[in-house]
Amino acid sequence: MINVLNAKLRSIPAWAVYILGTLPFLWLVYLLFSGGLGVDPVKALERGVGLIGLKFLVAGLAITPLRKFLGLNLLKFRRAVGLLAFFYVSLHLTVWLALDIQFFWGEIWADIIKRPYITIGMGAFVLMIPLAVTSNNRVLSKIGPVRWRRLHALTYPVLILAGVHYALIGKVWQIQALVYLLGIVILLLTRVRFAKCCSWIWQKVTPAT
Amino acid sequence: MAKRFKSDLKHSDVTPQKHFLNRRNLIIGAGVLGAGAVAGTAFGTLGAKPAVAEGALDLTPNTLKEISSYNNYYEFGASKTDPAKYAHTLTTDPWSVKIDGLVEKPGTYDLADILKNADLEERIYRFRCVEAWSMVVPWLGFELASLLNRVGVQSKAKYVAFETLFRPDEMPAQKTSVLDWPYVEGLRLDEAMNPLTILASGLYGKELPKQNGAPLRLVVPWKYGFKSIKSIVRISLVEEMPPTTWNTVGPNEYGFYSNVNPEVDHRRWSQASERLIGGGIFAKRQPTLKFNGYEEQVADLYTGMDLAKNY
Repeated sequence: MINVLNAKLRSIPAWAVYILGTLPFLWLVYLLFSGGLGVDPVKALERGVGLIGLKFLVAGLAITPLRKFLGLNLLKFRRAVGLLAFFYVSLHLTVWLALDIQFFWGEIWADIIKRPYITIGMGAFVLMIPLAVTSNNRVLSKIGPVRWRRLHALTYPVLILAGVHYALIGKVWQIQALVYLLGIVILLLTRVRFAKCCSWIWQKVTPAT
Repeated sequence: MAKRFKSDLKHSDVTPQKHFLNRRNLIIGAGVLGAGAVAGTAFGTLGAKPAVAEGALDLTPNTLKEISSYNNYYEFGASKTDPAKYAHTLTTDPWSVKIDGLVEKPGTYDLADILKNADLEERIYRFRCVEAWSMVVPWLGFELASLLNRVGVQSKAKYVAFETLFRPDEMPAQKTSVLDWPYVEGLRLDEAMNPLTILASGLYGKELPKQNGAPLRLVVPWKYGFKSIKSIVRISLVEEMPPTTWNTVGPNEYGFYSNVNPEVDHRRWSQASERLIGGGIFAKRQPTLKFNGYEEQVADLYTGMDLAKNY
């Protein structure tokens, strides 16, 4: 069953994911022009692209656990998912800078330095830049898979920062944001190599014979 | 008694809503031509709203649609669009307000009785939310002072406490614990007696929409919007500073006074500027005015007080 699915998935080209991934963006643009974003389109757009970015980030993080626990192989789409996440997060930042805070640099710097959720959000974006820049085969072969993989472990702090950023925005704790954060934590826990750390503890507690 | 506040502007002085909307369409038509029809909602007021400096002083009311479709009314859900979706279930007739505490004539007053004795007038006020957006709203209401004078305030009273209806059957989010229900607010007595402070029962000359706090809400234009408590069922005159809902949720972020003040930031965002709702995606941000532009009328209430401490 899962093998059939994997075989089917193998026949889907990665560029299809890029195309599908831009549909939410086109939908938001359509809503923007048709009035579907309501009376405060700036906030709706800012929140909209931000949340889509977070969804792609979470999706990218879920790919390895899905293979590990369900045998579902989506690995070939991970680059597309990651780059789409970067695209939406960049849009999120652009909407904030250009349409929301409108390049009031004084307020922007004050916000980045003084306000934790903005500091955290900016931190997540900055960490994503080297990941996006190195997401091509040329760089991969140039720096080698080991160093490349080590660099791309930055996705873990990015996910934590993004989840916290989202949770801190509301005036009250929003259930949805907390669910995302919890999901991120669970996905990250699956990446901890239990076998490795268990055997290490085992060695510690069992005296050598 | 303090001098009655008289607004220089009446609703009838500004372009009627219908024509205002038409004007917008004309502007869109002229500006965007072919794309005008679809671009309307997003870019519609690009030309209609003035630039930064004069923007804050502009008192062109937002449209009824804007005012009644973008609300913070957590009793109906935490999203801005929830109240417009769910508030229709609220029964606002019959309605009475219990007035108690340190008053000469305590009792449960029928809303019709309150309104019959009220001097209803239109007040076009700026409305500034603590979330850094703002609107201009043509309220229909009467001075809170007139009601307090009618019931007689005892000399020991120092504060006025307000309470929103608690009716989970009709206010679905009251079944959750997103806030401590019922919603409560409070003012110092001199703030409550200030002629700018009104109880509103209408909007654009008509009945208040339910999502805007029908049938009777407070409006304190120099304070952040959450101070202007909705659907009031109880007003108590008290000696001690009463608890207020948002202050209970986050004492560091929401003070008892919560006067609009560009110099005192919210812990998590700046209050120096605001986005006026209704301007589409390219609407200019405008600087926030101290006391929301009502400094002349209310600054003397706070003489000698450190407003950064008493936020």
